[in-house]
Amino acid sequence: MKGRVLVVDDDTALAEMLGIVLRGEGFEPSFVADGDKALAAFRDAKPDLVLLDLMLPGRDGIEVCRLIRAESGVPIVMLTAKSDTVDVVVGLESGADDYIVKPFKPKELVARIRARLRRSEEPAPEQLSIGDLVIDVAGHSVKREGMSIALTPLEFDLLVALARKPWQVFTREVLLEQVWGYRHAADTRLVNVHVQRLRSKVEKDPERPEIVVTVRGVGYKAGPS
Amino acid sequence: MSWDSAASASAEQGDRSGRPVGRKMKGFRWERFFEGGLLQGGVQGSPVLRLLIRWVRRPLLPVMRLWRRNIQLKIVATTLLMSMGVVLLLGFVVIGQVRNGLLDAKVRASQSQATGGFAVAKQQADAEATANGDDRSAAAGRPSKNVSQWMTDLVVSLSSGGQGAFDVVTLNSTASGDGSGGLAPRSSSQVDPTASIPENLRARIDKSISAAQSYTRVVYKDDKESQPALVIGKQVSDPNGDAYQLYYLFPLTQEEKSLSLVKGTLATAGLFVVVLLGAIAWLVVRQVVTPVRMAAGIAERLSAGRLQERMKVTGEDDIARLGEAFNKMAQNLQLKIQQLEDLSRMQRRFVSDVSHELRTPLTTVRMAADVIHDARVDFDPVTARSAELLADQLDRFETLLADLLEISRFDAGAAALEADAIDLREVVRRVVGGAEPLAERKGTRIRVVGDQQPLIAEADARRVERVLRNLVVNAVEHGEGKDVVVKLAAAGGAVAIAVRDYGVGLKPGEATRVFSRFWRADPARARTTGGTGLGLSIALEDARLHGGWLQAWGEPGGGSQFRLTLPRTADEPLRGSPIPLEPKDSRRNRGLDDAGLPHGGATKLATVPVQQAGAASDPIPPRGAMAPRLAGTAATADPTALPGNGARVVPRPAGTLRRQEETSGTGRERTAQERGQDGDTPEELGHGEAFRGR
Repeated sequence: MKGRVLVVDDDTALAEMLGIVLRGEGFEPSFVADGDKALAAFRDAKPDLVLLDLMLPGRDGIEVCRLIRAESGVPIVMLTAKSDTVDVVVGLESGADDYIVKPFKPKELVARIRARLRRSEEPAPEQLSIGDLVIDVAGHSVKREGMSIALTPLEFDLLVALARKPWQVFTREVLLEQVWGYRHAADTRLVNVHVQRLRSKVEKDPERPEIVVTVRGVGYKAGPS
Repeated sequence: MSWDSAASASAEQGDRSGRPVGRKMKGFRWERFFEGGLLQGGVQGSPVLRLLIRWVRRPLLPVMRLWRRNIQLKIVATTLLMSMGVVLLLGFVVIGQVRNGLLDAKVRASQSQATGGFAVAKQQADAEATANGDDRSAAAGRPSKNVSQWMTDLVVSLSSGGQGAFDVVTLNSTASGDGSGGLAPRSSSQVDPTASIPENLRARIDKSISAAQSYTRVVYKDDKESQPALVIGKQVSDPNGDAYQLYYLFPLTQEEKSLSLVKGTLATAGLFVVVLLGAIAWLVVRQVVTPVRMAAGIAERLSAGRLQERMKVTGEDDIARLGEAFNKMAQNLQLKIQQLEDLSRMQRRFVSDVSHELRTPLTTVRMAADVIHDARVDFDPVTARSAELLADQLDRFETLLADLLEISRFDAGAAALEADAIDLREVVRRVVGGAEPLAERKGTRIRVVGDQQPLIAEADARRVERVLRNLVVNAVEHGEGKDVVVKLAAAGGAVAIAVRDYGVGLKPGEATRVFSRFWRADPARARTTGGTGLGLSIALEDARLHGGWLQAWGEPGGGSQFRLTLPRTADEPLRGSPIPLEPKDSRRNRGLDDAGLPHGGATKLATVPVQQAGAASDPIPPRGAMAPRLAGTAATADPTALPGNGARVVPRPAGTLRRQEETSGTGRERTAQERGQDGDTPEELGHGEAFRGR
């Protein structure tokens, strides 16, 4: 299993501790403490996942997140101390796939990282369609009328989860479990933000979604093919 | 209404409308009104009056409202009324004086004129008598003829001196009214002699020989209009020595003209004065009222939060002082609020900073402790135990920190509601699922009641879940292994979730204190889950954030019930809760039911014997002695469902406390909707309906 993890954190003690835990779980951590150097370190290390602290000297985590997302779909997990503020939403909107609130347990962190990395291990040839989109699951591509649409792995997973059962309405909790791998209910803002991000990429008119339809009071479902 | 009564009412109305109703100003209203009465099919007397009054009052109401609210209108109207009174009074006085003055002069002039005339008449009579005496014999045959001619001449001669300024009239003396002279009344210039001279004046002149006067109206024989006049008369002798009455009539036309001119002038002047006074009052009051109104408007805007609003101040008078004081007040208010806002912002900032600063090292410690904890099998027993304690207490520390930060967030007003339409059954299911392991350890069964139908409300799922988790975990903790019942219900604009346990319960007064920070029911009790003592405080704040209520009820040894009531849609104020705060199966309620006591009686808790589950009246034995019998739950607006601090409210209406035996064998309570559909308890239904209707 691939396991290169880039830790972007300015707190040296925490970074070292993260390193100990990650190594203990079989990952290969690399570290960067400065937001300004984060992008260069990302290009050097080519990690499979980024652990990103939101509060950084130099460029802050949000900015780093945006920069990384601009050139790669690699999973990004934010570390944040503030779960209740807009920071989380801003972080998610800037491209983070998941977040974890300090203080967290090592097992929780590792589970979250594994959940983000797991999806790369299930290449099953499968062709799905949702609305006017054609999804090649194994090839990890989404096409509308032959035009490819770039999605991050997480967005792709979200779309596939909806497309596999077009008859089913998914509650946010079910999606959290299937896509993010949460066993217990967590912040449904994750789902809301990522559905918005997904819609902005795949919908013709994100104001009137046809691919990912909201079922008021329940959740989301795939639009009619 | 039956046809008969309508018909009789019509007849009655017919009779009534036959009466003359037009004498009233609002006659047309009466008519219309009766038409309405007929069409509606009968109106009794008192409704007629009431309707009439309403009709009259309706257009007046806005006017009255304006009158009550508008001080300017009040003052101007009062000024107008009072100045009108003063002007009228002045007018009457002035007119009276002018009239007196005019008449006095006229009377004096007329009297001298008349006296002269009487003297002339007497003189001429004497001269004629002397002349007649010379050839009395010759004229003896026709004395009256002569006198008649003489009198005609006299009248002409006397009146000619006045040149129309007065008229002369002669009449027979009624005292010597034997018609001896047979003289017809004479008058100058078409004056009707008999009609113009008042009867009582004639009588007075008959009785005396001096002159007398009176006011009258001169009546003319031709079409000339009659006019007021002063009449002076005297009894005079004709040449034959017979008495006759001679009258001088002085028309007051000139004086009347002058008087009406004065009246007209006065009326015009008075009208001007009144209008001007009204206008002046309006202007003066406006000067005072405008700043007052401005102040009121600005005060309203200030209280609406626009603190930068100020009054415009000009000059140095009292109004300006008011404005200055007002502005100073607003300034100070703004300053204080600004300070408080800064303080609050600082506090929030501090909380946020503490959050981050404390959490990062805690994360490191936490991870280190976990690593050590995982490796404890390799340690000696002492170190291993230490590692366990370290990990456990770190958990506790973490929860405490999280709770503290949460509370500070509420205190700083930084907590934001992320409301969404959610099905509360999902939340309850998750919470109950999460509490199952603890319940199993405690030997408690958690039952969910009333979850047949979706329970949709606009709420923050995360917060509601936190509240419910707290309540359920508490109930399991304090439930002493007995059942915990989670009940859901919806009615009106509210949804409620009640968590009932049958454990140690709450002592009197504790129902409010449970929500205090760091409050513990019994410090001696062992804690199994390591609560922070902030759980219920946070839950209460969460409920408040939703605009909902979190209330507690409990009795010592009889368990407790915590009820969360939330509005169905955010921003909608709560008026009641679908679940009564004190459960139906409370010891007091059961005691009243089983003892057949009058409900609502002031029975003390202590005097009610503890009823075993499934007492005599219950036909079906309960399943297991553990679960106390669940009496019916009514989805009524309970008096205990009042907003407030969660204290227990004891008095209840008798209607809601009736015997509601449930087949507790099923272990299920019926929901309000089911009972409503059954229709077996109309009163209960009525209550439910009333609540829903509200």
